[in-house]
Amino acid sequence: MPKITINHMEIEVDSGLTVLQACEIAGIEIPRFCYHERLSISGNCRMCLVEMEPSPRPVASCAMPVADGMVVYTNTPMVKKARKSALEFLLINHPLDCPICDQGGECDLQDITMAYGADQSRFQENKRAVAEKDLGPLVATAMTRCIHCTRCVRFSTEVAGVEEMGATGRGENTEVGTYVEMAVSSEMSGNMIDLCPVGALTSKPYAFTARAWELRHTETVDVLDAVGSNIRVDSRGNEVMRVLPRLNEDINEEWISDKTRFSYDGLKRQRLDRPYVREDGRLREASWEEAFAAIAGRIAAIKGAKGQKIAAIAGDLACCESIQALKDIMNAFKSPHMDCRQDGAMLDPAARAGYLFNTSISGIEHADLCLLIGVNPRIEAPLINARLRKRFLMGSFSVALVGAKVDLTYAYEYLGSGPRTLEQILSRSHMFAELMDAANRPMLILGQGALARADGAAVLAAARDLADQFAMVSHDRNGFNVLHKAAARVGAMDLGFVPGEGGRDVAGILDGAASGELEVVYLLGADEIDTTFLDPAFVIYQGHHGDAGAAAADVVLPGAAYTEKDATYVNTEGRVQQSRLAVHPPGQARPDWMVLRALSQALGQKAGYDTLEELRAQMIRSNAVFAELDVAAADRTAKTKWAAFGAPGKMNGSPFADTVENFYMTDPIGRASETMARCTDTFIVPHLSITGTDG
Amino acid sequence: MLHDADRIFTNLYGLSDWRLRGARKRGDWDGTKAILEKGRDWIVEEIKESGLRGRGGAGFPAGMKWSFMPKESDGRPHYLVVNADEGEPGTCKDREIIRHDPHKLLEGALLAGFAMGANTAYIYIRGEFHAEAQRLQVAIDEARKAGLIGGNACKSGWDFEIYLHHGAGAYVCGEETALLESLEGNKGQPRMKPPFPANAGLYGCPTTVTNVETVAVAPEILRRGADWFASLGRPKNTGTKLFCISGHVNLPCTVEEEMGVPLRELIEKHAGGVRGGWDNLMAVIPGGCSTPLIPKSVCDNVLMDFDSLREVQSGLGTAAVIVMDKSTDIVRAIARFSKFYKHESCGQCTPCREGTGWLWRMMEKLVEGDARIEDIDMIEEVTRQIEGHTICALGDAAAWPIQGLIRHFRPELERRIGIHDLTITAPAGGYDEDIPEDISEAV
Amino acid sequence: MTVESEVSAESGPRFLTKEMRKKIEEITGRYPTRRSAIMPSLFLAQEEYGYLCDEVLLEVAEALGVPEVWVYEIATFYTMFNTTPVGRFHIKLCTNVSCLLLEAGSLLSHLEKRLGIARGETTGDGLFTLSVVECLGSCDTAPVMQINKTYYETLSAEGIDQILEELKARPADGGREGAPA
Repeated sequence: MPKITINHMEIEVDSGLTVLQACEIAGIEIPRFCYHERLSISGNCRMCLVEMEPSPRPVASCAMPVADGMVVYTNTPMVKKARKSALEFLLINHPLDCPICDQGGECDLQDITMAYGADQSRFQENKRAVAEKDLGPLVATAMTRCIHCTRCVRFSTEVAGVEEMGATGRGENTEVGTYVEMAVSSEMSGNMIDLCPVGALTSKPYAFTARAWELRHTETVDVLDAVGSNIRVDSRGNEVMRVLPRLNEDINEEWISDKTRFSYDGLKRQRLDRPYVREDGRLREASWEEAFAAIAGRIAAIKGAKGQKIAAIAGDLACCESIQALKDIMNAFKSPHMDCRQDGAMLDPAARAGYLFNTSISGIEHADLCLLIGVNPRIEAPLINARLRKRFLMGSFSVALVGAKVDLTYAYEYLGSGPRTLEQILSRSHMFAELMDAANRPMLILGQGALARADGAAVLAAARDLADQFAMVSHDRNGFNVLHKAAARVGAMDLGFVPGEGGRDVAGILDGAASGELEVVYLLGADEIDTTFLDPAFVIYQGHHGDAGAAAADVVLPGAAYTEKDATYVNTEGRVQQSRLAVHPPGQARPDWMVLRALSQALGQKAGYDTLEELRAQMIRSNAVFAELDVAAADRTAKTKWAAFGAPGKMNGSPFADTVENFYMTDPIGRASETMARCTDTFIVPHLSITGTDG
Repeated sequence: MLHDADRIFTNLYGLSDWRLRGARKRGDWDGTKAILEKGRDWIVEEIKESGLRGRGGAGFPAGMKWSFMPKESDGRPHYLVVNADEGEPGTCKDREIIRHDPHKLLEGALLAGFAMGANTAYIYIRGEFHAEAQRLQVAIDEARKAGLIGGNACKSGWDFEIYLHHGAGAYVCGEETALLESLEGNKGQPRMKPPFPANAGLYGCPTTVTNVETVAVAPEILRRGADWFASLGRPKNTGTKLFCISGHVNLPCTVEEEMGVPLRELIEKHAGGVRGGWDNLMAVIPGGCSTPLIPKSVCDNVLMDFDSLREVQSGLGTAAVIVMDKSTDIVRAIARFSKFYKHESCGQCTPCREGTGWLWRMMEKLVEGDARIEDIDMIEEVTRQIEGHTICALGDAAAWPIQGLIRHFRPELERRIGIHDLTITAPAGGYDEDIPEDISEAV
Repeated sequence: MTVESEVSAESGPRFLTKEMRKKIEEITGRYPTRRSAIMPSLFLAQEEYGYLCDEVLLEVAEALGVPEVWVYEIATFYTMFNTTPVGRFHIKLCTNVSCLLLEAGSLLSHLEKRLGIARGETTGDGLFTLSVVECLGSCDTAPVMQINKTYYETLSAEGIDQILEELKARPADGGREGAPA
């Protein structure tokens, strides 16, 4: 390990580090604009210059690899002058419009200038003005403020994998933008806003709505896909003003998807803020007591074994607490009819390893081959796709896909469209089998498109066979992965919110409701089902948005969205995480577990808990995984058992379907969001019309 | 003065046939195979011994540069890249080599490429040189046809392909890593170093970028021996050199002379002297626009080589001598260079992107004297803030001419400000309210 | 769109002819990466059409299989690529110091007066575009200008008049003898 002396202090650092990184280890701050840990080094801002013996000129520390015996100074007159100079140059053409700039208060240029800059400018000439660029509905531009650090260009090229941003022209006329004015077609474009060290790229939806210092920060998790991205919700008063990523190396690093970042305006629209009861075919506002009474009355009216007439479906955004509470009620009525697999995915609750992303997201980086089966990770889990891309860019990583052909931003081998290809690989009649044999750390990712079909259980079993046959599972790793789309799914599976003995699954519940065999159906935020089946039944909808479920309901119970409650979610890796209340639910809406607890009392089946802690203890009794927070299944001390799951059988030949039509509107929040509607218009609708005319 | 017998570029003026037949008559491609047979190490050693320093401006010892290439290939191909992106204002020597002596360049490329273990050479020629590129292509084609390059070049067993690549108008591509970027199909933006091209250059492979003149003199050195070349010029500044003399001289020209020739002799013997006589000389820019000017008092005795010019705080650069007589608006001339650097800055790194424009705008004010006396120091300081702070040397090059101007012509700058102050009708840069009434009345 | 297309089709490629695409493929053979062929391909297209409109850039990107933004960056970085139309004769007058010392400044005024346009403009008949350029590398024969591909050296006002007259008299034979560059 090289020894390097920084400001007379000798430290030993790993070789391969840069001088800037070594300084950070030594606890010395090096100001920078262009350098970013997760992007390639460009060395253009010249802010990180340090003095290095014997060089007569300052050296860019971000690009200089450490070498044994290096002597570096960061506090000499040469360095101070270099920093002051760089800042003066950056500022001469930077508009000092901080008072009207959304970056104000959280601007690197402001902060670094305060720390290292001069107190006045000597520049007497006219400043440069640069035309704005239209980057689409999400990213606002004020390109006159651009300091040409090219972080956004490098992000879109390297991380997002869309070669659309660039720097055109040259010299002082260099302009950062896209090729002929186009929206950046990335599902991760919002991250450029965070990366921009100045106010050149800011959030369009957030524009001029708040100042950074007015906001209260709540560290929580995202539920708009099953990744469980760590986020920070910034609120003012009782309003969510914006959503930002929070660093978590194991999950989302420091990125989030555009859906995660920009759906928040959907939290303010179409909200269920009071109970409703259907009367004469119309929903009317009601009090909590009236709503509970209506439910209790209807259940009381059930003749015979009530449990056989009641069913419940847990939706994709439901928290574990509410799922546990609802399950308790169902158990109290001895009803086996409950399910959480709205899309009909043939997930098998028998073995946890059978429905988890066992490799873990960060574990992708150690794999050397990945077989994608009926999945489009770019749309279903952009952050996992970003991790796959990151692994791809490291080299020696073969990716292959069975399913719908899609653009994943990295090269892959297309093997086929459906189960036939899996059979060929299994029988080793497909060439790819050789590659899988040769791989040391192969993994597969099974998507809901491969499971949400009649032969899903057979596909699941076939995928398990693949994992076994190609040595994906060993004592220290598991290359078998199910990629979920719903944040609630793994938690619900863990809590056993699946049909009990003789119980109906989602399709069975819908059929039962349609035929009248079921009389009462409880929808816990379930909006992704065909509610027309439910017409004959008495439907209770508990949730936060007036979406499909509420429209079909006889009683509506207003719940809380993920930003409005302390709740538990389990991500696709089996990682138990907790959200925190950032703002209060609107109107009379309440955190969901409280609603269910109150309901249990009204139904005469009082729940065995009074507090959130007691409820959580109950969850842990249901499944011990809830005792350990923030740990992926792969990293648990108690290994996830590689038991049997799926149902070996005949698979049909139909291709695996692409299950997400519109990335921006997969949930009630997105469907209520104007921003997501604008994204749909920009990115989805044009594409639909093209396929429309082709077909 | 250089004896005709020691001249390398015997067809500099294009008086005889530039094609292969003519080149052969002049001795090109003579015994090339025998030289190749002496081996890589011999060639590199001989070039080292000759004391040849790079002719592209920086003057780095050529043999040493060639020796940086890995001795053994690790599987990656090696590349020779010839820098024919001649664009330093005042410089027009490579153009003469290419159009009148192209075979010297090609033979040199083969020898240099062989010495570096390169089977491929790219000649990056500036886009404006259409006619020159056409000729060079003809020369490449006829050399290939004659078996001098291509597979088994000169029957040496060494395969050597030469490709032409046209620049498209960017001075910065004369910087070696910008040139490599450009060859790779990127914007010509210089790379950070390390890594150096000899380790990771073109397409990430070991690469040496070298100037046309450096390559073109190599065959003659290898034929006549390092000692011969080293016997010309002065220690550490050996050999002959092409000098381009332009501006206020009676006979502007490009001429081959011995290194260390006195500037005055160079101008008077070859360029017909300064317009209006030596005493009418104001200043000379000795090595292209990147080198600081030297006033007449320095010109009287200075020798034209790397070290002599460095001693007078200038440089030999590309040996492009721009002569300015006493009629010259010296401030405007340097301001024109500032505009040039502003125009040619690649825009990548902050000090150059922002600083060159600032310098130019301030220089334009100094031309008119529309500035304050303190501004002279300020602009000097701004040049120091750019110099040494950029990724490539373009920032330095933008700074030096202004530093030279202030060093030698400060009184002229102050004089203009003084005159301007007496005649102002509007203030410089500030607000109208700022003018004290008494000054307005004084006017 | 002011450039007439050679290939007429409702959609699909309009500017790069089959021959040009073939030539582009040939160019790519000189380099280990297709990206290296962007500059030569743009020259090829500019030779044909005089300047590079957005559609041409798109087609070059498509022909080479590289992202559009790479091509766009190149076309806007290098000064010899014209992203706006130029006249049949593109006059590029050097005004750097060697030429400036020998009155390139007054030659510029002369050209502007003779052509009735300012620098950067094109004459109404589409014949001449006047540009000011940096050093053309012919300093020992200053002042210098380049018209299309040809250098004109040791210029004088009278010489320029003669050159302009000669060019005006040249028949517009359709072929772009020496495309603007």
